[in-house]
Amino acid sequence: MAAISRDDVAHLAKLARIEMSDSELDHLAQEMDVILGAVARVQEVASADVPPTSHPIPVNNVVREDVVRPSLTPQEALSGAPAQSEDRFKVPQILGEE
Amino acid sequence: MSLNYDQAVEKYEPTLGLEVHVELNTKSKMFCSCSTEFGGAPNTQTCPVCLGLPGALPVVNGKAIESTILIGLALNCSIAPFSRFARKNYFYPDMPKNFQTSQYDEPICVNGYLDVEIETDEGVKPFRVEIERVHMEEDTGKSLHVGGATGRIHGADYSLLDYNRAGIPLVEIVTKIVGGTGKYAPQVARAYVTELRDILRSLGVSDVKMEQGSMRCDVNLSLAPIGSGELGTRSETKNVNSLRSVERAVIGEVVRQSNRLQDGERIVQETRHFQEESGQTRSGRSKEQAEDYRYFPEPDLVPVVPDSAWIEELRATLPEKPSTRRARLQAEWSVPDKEMTSLVNAGLLDVVEETITIGADPTRARSWWLGEVSRLANEREVDPTTLITPSQVAEVISLIASGDLTDKLARQVVEGVIAGEGTPVEVIAERGLKVVSDDGALMTAIAAAIASQPDTAERVRGGNIPAAGALIGAVMKATGGQADAAKVRELLLKHLGQGE
Amino acid sequence: MTTIRSSASEMAAALANGETTSVELTEGHYAQIEKVDAQVHAFLYLDKEGALAQAADVDAKRKSGVELSPLAGIPLALKDVLAQKGIPTTCGSKMLEGWRPPYDSTVVSKLKAAGIVILGKTNMDEFAMGSSTENSAYGVTHNPWDLTRIPGGSGGGSSAALAAFEAPLAIGTDTGGSIRQPAAVTGTVGVKPTYGGVSRYGLIAFSSSLDQAGPCARTVLDAALLHEVIAGHDERDSTSIDAPVPQVVKAAKKLDVKGMKIGVVKELQGEGFQSGVLSKFHEGLDALVAAGAELVEVSCPTFDYALAAYYLIAPSECSSNLARFDSMRYGIRIGDDGNRSAEEVMKLTRHEGFGPEVKRRIILGTYALSSGYYDAYYGSAQKVRTLLMRDFNAAFAQADVLVSPTAPTTAFKIGANDNDPLAMYLNDIATIPVNMAGIGGMSLPCGLAEEDGLPVGFQIMSPAMRDDLMYQVGGTLEAALLSKWGGPLLDKAPVLAGN
Repeated sequence: MAAISRDDVAHLAKLARIEMSDSELDHLAQEMDVILGAVARVQEVASADVPPTSHPIPVNNVVREDVVRPSLTPQEALSGAPAQSEDRFKVPQILGEE
Repeated sequence: MSLNYDQAVEKYEPTLGLEVHVELNTKSKMFCSCSTEFGGAPNTQTCPVCLGLPGALPVVNGKAIESTILIGLALNCSIAPFSRFARKNYFYPDMPKNFQTSQYDEPICVNGYLDVEIETDEGVKPFRVEIERVHMEEDTGKSLHVGGATGRIHGADYSLLDYNRAGIPLVEIVTKIVGGTGKYAPQVARAYVTELRDILRSLGVSDVKMEQGSMRCDVNLSLAPIGSGELGTRSETKNVNSLRSVERAVIGEVVRQSNRLQDGERIVQETRHFQEESGQTRSGRSKEQAEDYRYFPEPDLVPVVPDSAWIEELRATLPEKPSTRRARLQAEWSVPDKEMTSLVNAGLLDVVEETITIGADPTRARSWWLGEVSRLANEREVDPTTLITPSQVAEVISLIASGDLTDKLARQVVEGVIAGEGTPVEVIAERGLKVVSDDGALMTAIAAAIASQPDTAERVRGGNIPAAGALIGAVMKATGGQADAAKVRELLLKHLGQGE
Repeated sequence: MTTIRSSASEMAAALANGETTSVELTEGHYAQIEKVDAQVHAFLYLDKEGALAQAADVDAKRKSGVELSPLAGIPLALKDVLAQKGIPTTCGSKMLEGWRPPYDSTVVSKLKAAGIVILGKTNMDEFAMGSSTENSAYGVTHNPWDLTRIPGGSGGGSSAALAAFEAPLAIGTDTGGSIRQPAAVTGTVGVKPTYGGVSRYGLIAFSSSLDQAGPCARTVLDAALLHEVIAGHDERDSTSIDAPVPQVVKAAKKLDVKGMKIGVVKELQGEGFQSGVLSKFHEGLDALVAAGAELVEVSCPTFDYALAAYYLIAPSECSSNLARFDSMRYGIRIGDDGNRSAEEVMKLTRHEGFGPEVKRRIILGTYALSSGYYDAYYGSAQKVRTLLMRDFNAAFAQADVLVSPTAPTTAFKIGANDNDPLAMYLNDIATIPVNMAGIGGMSLPCGLAEEDGLPVGFQIMSPAMRDDLMYQVGGTLEAALLSKWGGPLLDKAPVLAGN
């Protein structure tokens, strides 16, 4: 049984904001199926009594002082911008919520 | 037939949920050292971190954590012994990393409450709003939509992004479900946000300027038929950016939702936007296809594990609670409950206190702020505190006390100050509003009045004191209203042999 | 007499006694690059002007008697995953074509401050995802031992540059083996320091909780010298360790392992390991025993699950880390015709800008984090991580360091694993547990496999913050093998003809 369908991959591609052709979706669905089959075995040993680890080295409470340091200049900030106008990043029209 | 608010709350029970975002007033941003100053030229307060440049890493502003713990303590929350940042993943151009560094299942403060007071038909009553959580996150940049017919997003040709605001520390304060308000839901919402604002201001952790966006409120509201015990589908109204709007947004949503329910339509779970002009809400993005934010612990940041000694140290610095302060001031000023509640709900406590501290009489200070100033503010649909300063009000009150102004003249002075004509003294000079207290000038006017109404004067001489009113009126008219009526009366009666 | 085949330490000595200059060394390396890089393709960008200016500056300082750091004036190749101000930084991706960072990564700042001469940026698998550099958007790098074979990955450019004598030092980054596996298959030395030992600020993130920059060199001592330049606490990286840097140079010079316990990991020498790899690994073990070390067998049962957990954690973090590449602020933009929305342009750009492996991992990570699957996938993988750390703790209770072959095979042919991502992932089976636990790992050459005559890597793992131990063992093993071989292993590599 396929663990992941083409529609699932299409949904994931949408969440990840990646355009994908039908053939890419088909191909990826097959690959994902194989890869997920291989990685799902983590569940075999991940019992409830094992705490998760998100940081390899246990360090807590790293903070900095509330001090203002120089920012980039707008020219530096915008130096990589594909398009700019009036010292702002110029981007295509934004859809969605206001 | 459509339901109005009163009819709506006779049939439906509102349930509230309030999410308040507060920009902290730290000097630097949440995760980098760029300035947080408001109003800078575009993209002058950015760096690799807050621009989300490849390779840049966040480091938490310690002051922001401290401020958040203070807020939690002031809201009677438990401070989590272990708390973490998480990434909230979604794409939006004003968010440089396309994830927001926030907190998810391990927020820093949980389970608090805030007691507020509301005016009910049965008098002032306390109401407890329970707090679910207080957590830290970062603000987004600002987008400017250019071209198109309306300048709104839809129809815009392109957008321009300024990331100065991106990464400014935000604290989100989320209530638990607020039920049992009945028809007082709008008052509860407003009183909660007001009280919260006062607390945050007393803590000194935020500018809490709703009009500048440093405090923003989202109102979640659902309705269920009274007595059903159910919880309806909620809407989430954003852009509620004044205390007055909080109240209006609740009213607006109660009316809208009740009419939909009345018509047998269902409520859609969605984001709505508050329209300042109409008081209505407008549909935004539907949340039916819920976003999947894929939260996970932020691997670039380490856990926040506040030790109890530090928490107690912070607790010791908490200022007097606004509610305690209110009780104290109420006693000091001998104010009736109802008037105190009005003062608080109108957000006038600070200015009244300041006015009194400068030396004004407590009763007069209250009545000027709640009366004339509030009336003028209502006319203009603005916050009274933005119109005139406490020291100006105190000055006007002191001029009345010294007899330099009458109440009537004083109202004109206040109006002049609000119109931007200058300080009270300048307005008085400019408009020539000085009380006519020169006995000679008044006597001339009195003599003239008696001469023009000899019969009336005769009746007064004969002991008909009330008849003096007509003569006093004539004197007032002749002096352009600038005479002190009491003084005129005193002089007139004496002149006609009726003085004591 | 110093040549481009000398070690960095030898070059440093020659600079110190005035036998050569940094400008001369730098020019010598550019000459070699010009000669061989058309075949090797280790470099994506050369900053000749900047490098020569830095070299001249160091020479001038040396002349005027200014005290210089030990590696001042030595050329270095920088993996293209580290931001260098004003220098194109692509991460091997089309997405960042033409992007010049407006800031220096901490590693680059430290290199510059030490007077090290950065020759240019080296090739890599796109966003460090791969084990062969075949995933680079700018063409594959060839292994100098056999140009038809891969140089390892993701940092194949850095290791190939060392093996082809295009640079005596290089910087790599290691998320699952990207420093050590390339070192293994090119007969060079590569070290992944303890997580947090070297600042990640300016390292373009693949998987934040696993990524670590480290030194690449041709000798253990050179790696140690470079390690001490780039390591140390950085207030810009919250996960950077605020403690003194382990004394790795001192350790590399000790050449003594008497009484040390060497833990041989049972699970990392069986099935799937090439016979020549195993036999050379055992020769390495013999050399350590001969030097006075004691071997103990240790078992790390959870290692069997490390690869699976890694291929959930790394893609999950990458799906979020790579979200910022959306064409709004930097990088390429595709499809902005004035009509399309920002959302559509983002989708098209990410379709064009990312290669297949990157997309595969983003989709996998998006899945592993999505609601309803988080606990089963990402959450379970994090638990495996805990178990791996427990395995390591138990093993380090029995041994000072752990050892294994670095990679299960020698360098494979370019294109051999093209259609089998899982087979490709198996290359990192021995290196991944180290990243998962955040400990230190080193690969150094231990000979040529009998069956193909290609280099084999010997991996040494040390407990967190005890990076000195792997240098001590590595230095000793290297000395023993050099005397056995009668010279560096790289002397056995074919000399590239050049143009």
